[in-house]
Amino acid sequence: MGISLSHTFQPATEHNGCAVEARGLEVHYGPFRAVKDTSIKVEARKITAFIGPSGCGKSTVLRVFNRMNDLIPTARVTGEVLFEGQNIYAPDVDAVEVRRRVGMVFQKPNPFPKSIYENVAWGARINGFRGNMDELVEQTLRHAALWDEVKDKLQQNALALSGGQQQRLCIARAIAIQPDIVLMDEPASALDPIATLRIEELMRTLAEEYTIIVVTHNMQQAARVSDYTAFFMVDEERAGYLVEYGATREIFTNPKDKRTEDYITGRFG
Amino acid sequence: MTQTGPFNPQTARRHRVGRVWSALFLGAIIIAIIALGALLYNIIDESFGLAAIENRVDPDSLAIEGVPLEDLSKEQLTEILAAHVSAGLLRRFENDQPFAERDRASVYALVLERVVEPQIQATWSLTDSLFRREQVLTEAAEKYPQAKVEFRSWLTPTFLRMPQSSKPELAGVRTAVLGSLWTIFITIALAFPIGVGAAIYLEEYAADNLVNRIIQTNINNLAGVPSIIYGMLGLAIFVRGLEPLTSGAMLGVVDATTANGRTVLSAGLTLALLILPLLIINAQEAIKAVSNSLREASYGLGATRWQTIWYHVLPNALPGILTGTILAISRAIGETAPLVVVGASAFVALDPSGPFSKFTTLPIQIYQWTTRPQDQYRSLAAAAILVLLVLLLSLNATAVLLRNRYSRSV
Repeated sequence: MGISLSHTFQPATEHNGCAVEARGLEVHYGPFRAVKDTSIKVEARKITAFIGPSGCGKSTVLRVFNRMNDLIPTARVTGEVLFEGQNIYAPDVDAVEVRRRVGMVFQKPNPFPKSIYENVAWGARINGFRGNMDELVEQTLRHAALWDEVKDKLQQNALALSGGQQQRLCIARAIAIQPDIVLMDEPASALDPIATLRIEELMRTLAEEYTIIVVTHNMQQAARVSDYTAFFMVDEERAGYLVEYGATREIFTNPKDKRTEDYITGRFG
Repeated sequence: MTQTGPFNPQTARRHRVGRVWSALFLGAIIIAIIALGALLYNIIDESFGLAAIENRVDPDSLAIEGVPLEDLSKEQLTEILAAHVSAGLLRRFENDQPFAERDRASVYALVLERVVEPQIQATWSLTDSLFRREQVLTEAAEKYPQAKVEFRSWLTPTFLRMPQSSKPELAGVRTAVLGSLWTIFITIALAFPIGVGAAIYLEEYAADNLVNRIIQTNINNLAGVPSIIYGMLGLAIFVRGLEPLTSGAMLGVVDATTANGRTVLSAGLTLALLILPLLIINAQEAIKAVSNSLREASYGLGATRWQTIWYHVLPNALPGILTGTILAISRAIGETAPLVVVGASAFVALDPSGPFSKFTTLPIQIYQWTTRPQDQYRSLAAAAILVLLVLLLSLNATAVLLRNRYSRSV
């Protein structure tokens, strides 16, 4: 869509379909180790689902990819996260610029208490968008399959929308700044089944353009919507770690690890 | 309903306990309402009522060719004044402001004050005036045969318009109201930005370390320091220490030889210090109440910390911050002790004209009046309390309106 934004990242040279890669990742909250030694390569323009029992660190790992953990004063991330060949945790990288390229959708729909239009436009505006804002808002809302429902009430407060609509607005807000990766932290867990279905459909369409990483507790959702699945577990010291990672079909039909099999068949967790 | 198993629910007893507590809470509310009602009754009772008024000169005798005094022209009034007061006094009036420049109302006021000289001999409370009217009238007729007994409201437009005066019949609260408004204006103009700024720093920027925790504890403690201590501080720092600045001498606004630091500015600065901890704590609470998910949404879009604060945290915290400001204004406007220490003047007949004026405020004025022995001053004080209450309520109403407008627009 012809937007040029200056950023510190190198242009994509050789990442062989890999959008982002974590190497030897560990996350500590104060003295507590929340995630231990995790390495994962996330495929570009695919949907990768993170599944696992509660407290296994999957949300923490997700938030590593756009440096959202920086906001927690006690959090400490070690290891490397490579995005376009550069470690986003290198000292000269600005988290603000990372988040422009790696967007996020949260568990609870959290639109700004402003107009629908402003929700979509704000991110673009603060990031120095110079094109036609009306056009961007319309395109983005169409993209998020929300345009037809809201085109007549763009100036209305976003909080007047239903929960499902709010969440799609949050997705629209995230893609309005044209990121490369969209992180979704249990995006449908607060929604009813029909709204959930619409979000899943939307994720499938968006995956044509964006790399999506989604944390979910809903195993069926992971199976329905994702191309790849990563299964996380928690050890005796409550540190989360990656158990198995592969194509979703493989993980769900033919898991290599006994623990994965136990989890997806519902024997524990 | 029969209960089974190892349960003894005692429902009746549990409900009874609940009823006892709710009755206690209701009692607390009733006591509060009675106290408030008694206070209001007391003030209103003093503010209105019968008064026995004696004129030194009967205004009817001053009528010229059947035209009553209040309808006479400025020239006629000036003549009456010249005929009744000494030449020296007349020259003094002329020196204050030449008669040619005075308007009719000002001359009329002089005639009332110097010629008619109404003197209130006695006042009765509103309750007595209404329910014991006959007794009051006979008593007045016995004691003050010359006096005219009439129903008098102490809270009149004249009371608001007139400056302080040594005669209770003519005294008003204009200087005190203007003094209060100037002081509050300076207080808010200083304390609001500083308080909100400090709250933003403490909530959004400050790391959780020892130094900041000490600062936080100190702010919480300062909110509970007796206000007279702030008066001492203001006296030492603003009135004495920064005298060249607070008196206006440094800026050349006033004559350096007569300048002193007991000005509106010193009072405003002192009250600003006084309400700063309150403002900071309230603003912090308001900022804390802004949901974290909103902050995350903002950061997630690549907003900087400042953009997040400016576009999301502050607009959403503003209603709460304004509520805190309402409380702080209410506190400041009613403060007396620190202003006495800082040097509010007991008797100021000149309106404050700027930050470097001598000043008095409404609470000080009320305090002055209540310490006088005469009945009339008690009524004046009661009327001034009503003015203070109205001033307070209208300031609060403004803040509430502002708050509602902002919370709708965000």
